[in-house]
Amino acid sequence: MTAVAAHHDHHDDHHHAPHGLKRWLFSTNHKDIGTLYLWFSFAMFMVGGFMALVIRAELMYPGMQVVDPEFFNQMTTVHGLIMVFGAVMPATVGLANWMIPLMIGAPDMALPRMNNWSFWILPFAFTILIGSVLMSAFGEGNPSAPNFGWTFYAPLSTKYGPASTDLFILSVHMMGISSIMGAINVIVTVLNMRAPGMTMMKMPLFVWAWLITAFLLVAVMPVLAGAVTMMLTDRHFGTSFFDAAGGGDPVLFQHIFWFFGHPEVYIMILPSFGIVSAIIPAFARKPLFGYASMVYATASIALLSFVVWAHHMFTVGMPLAGTLFFMYMTMLISVPTGVKVFNWVATMWRGSLTFELPMKWALAFVVLFTCGGLSGLMLALTPVDFQYHDTYFVVAHFHYVLVSGAIFSIFAAAYYWLPKWSGVMPNTFLGELHFWNSLLSVNLLFFPMHFVGLAGMPRRYADYALQFADYNWWISVGAFWFGISQLLFVAVCVLCAMKKGKKAEAAPWDGAEGLEWTVPSPAPFHTFDTPPVIK
Amino acid sequence: MSELNDLEQRNNRVLRKLVIGSVLMFGFAFAMVPLYDVLCDITGLNGKTSDTAASGEVQMDEDRLVTVQFVTTSSGGMVWDFNPQVRSVKVHPGEITQVNFQVKNPADHTIIGQAIPSVSPGLAAPHLLKTQCFCFDNQTLLAGGEADMPMIFYLDPALPKHINTITLSYAMFDVTERVTGNKDKLAAR
Repeated sequence: MTAVAAHHDHHDDHHHAPHGLKRWLFSTNHKDIGTLYLWFSFAMFMVGGFMALVIRAELMYPGMQVVDPEFFNQMTTVHGLIMVFGAVMPATVGLANWMIPLMIGAPDMALPRMNNWSFWILPFAFTILIGSVLMSAFGEGNPSAPNFGWTFYAPLSTKYGPASTDLFILSVHMMGISSIMGAINVIVTVLNMRAPGMTMMKMPLFVWAWLITAFLLVAVMPVLAGAVTMMLTDRHFGTSFFDAAGGGDPVLFQHIFWFFGHPEVYIMILPSFGIVSAIIPAFARKPLFGYASMVYATASIALLSFVVWAHHMFTVGMPLAGTLFFMYMTMLISVPTGVKVFNWVATMWRGSLTFELPMKWALAFVVLFTCGGLSGLMLALTPVDFQYHDTYFVVAHFHYVLVSGAIFSIFAAAYYWLPKWSGVMPNTFLGELHFWNSLLSVNLLFFPMHFVGLAGMPRRYADYALQFADYNWWISVGAFWFGISQLLFVAVCVLCAMKKGKKAEAAPWDGAEGLEWTVPSPAPFHTFDTPPVIK
Repeated sequence: MSELNDLEQRNNRVLRKLVIGSVLMFGFAFAMVPLYDVLCDITGLNGKTSDTAASGEVQMDEDRLVTVQFVTTSSGGMVWDFNPQVRSVKVHPGEITQVNFQVKNPADHTIIGQAIPSVSPGLAAPHLLKTQCFCFDNQTLLAGGEADMPMIFYLDPALPKHINTITLSYAMFDVTERVTGNKDKLAAR
């Protein structure tokens, strides 16, 4: 962790940097591809967020207000798919692209052409998916977009799926191929491209977290591809994987889906752990407490994620022994996760804390992610899960870990590394406004969902019983507040992209350590052509 | 230059392993299908009873009385009226019992139906054994046709002691299209 480059020389003047559209289309440069990933994921975040606001507009008052229930179902489905596969995952891949080579002293990713391909698949995949929504909204006869929930349970998605399900299957295949290629690239880079002296146990935790995430991706994205392939053959080629009439079993779908789906949850959150483990030491001005235990905790979370999947399906009628196994395994995950939270707190203990923007977001992450973790622990208990299953309590839980967890940490990362990416400091005034508005609104948005969930409001419905009306009004107010607050982040990013702001030094955060701060800001097009020497 | 080629070779080695790994995981998704079936056969995880006839030679346990309830549904657009003759029976484990299920096809065309059984609690499924069942084959009813379909079963005396009530549910599916359009596959099953 105390890795310092003894010297670095950058040869950006010697290289011909391509210009215009070709620079981006044919780019094999990890920084350009990282930038593309980050902007793309931000755009998807706004699109998915808009869909969330359609959902909240409908739910603001009881009864049917804005959209019809069919379109509401399409919104919940595509909102989930876009946020998971379009916003959170590509954002962390973008961070990996930008930061991993800089952090381990590599000149670029190991497989730069594949890197280009894995990004450029994504816009097409999401054009297909969003195209189905546009057809539903504006097309002749309003053919339904995917409307079965982001978990696309059979037989909703097979026997009863709309025609656009095939578009969905194609786009999920493309997203999967993109993620697998991105993950392979990270693994090869981390294993083979480290600068001399950068041993595995000297790597920043962000790199470790991403290495483990990448292994998860390689292991489970093909399983997702298998699941949608089975859907496709069930729909069109006469197989009966999930069709009870032909001897299949719809519950099998849930097993296959969640065998992918639970590791997927950690795919979205492990990079966040890495980000926060970089930021908290920087602003506590202390090395990270328990580096090795952090590495082992991350690895054990990843391993455990393969044996907990059925906690998503306690209510399908498993034998008692099965539910007990999955319940205990799930609760076991809170041990390594607790190790992480305690390590972050211990890192801050008696540190010289300052509260610049990245630190604020990171602290909000720790607190709110822990809230989401605790409601997860409640959901892990089989008997109470029967009450919480498919209610807004679940919605509150996973939005706490994904919005105020994963997405807050991505904001933290953006504020932390924007000086390195753009060469200017992010606007503090707008950033503070963005942080405080997001922090307050996200809690107004998601906290009351716990209560309506416990009181029995089911998720994924376009309407609700009258007693939930007050809470839902406040939730919708929180949603619009949170949504509008994100426009402040658009402004912050655009200002940075236009190089408007205070010029950033090579190491703008005085407590920050790591190789990325040894290169100038903005990072030149080519860095570490000569590997740095790590002490 | 040789150093660069060396790196490229090492990269390709790792790349190859990871590609093979992801292809294997794609295969694993499909391997989960038979694995799940085997696991369900052993444990009754999904409440499915065996789809072959049992021998029926077993010692009766007269000290125990177990209630077996019957539930029927017509699923997935199936129009048949489908009902058990009795809603529940009390049986001793090992006692061979016949229950008839009545079906009526109110439609104006021939429909082929397939009943899919499911037992709750799932752990009882491997212990509910049928010597004869309409669910072993698909059933054909002409327009307006009616039938009494027999199901003969007994409970394995090894049924776990804590299980006193078993619910056997049948979902009737319309498989006309599947059978007429895809004969070979059904025969293979």
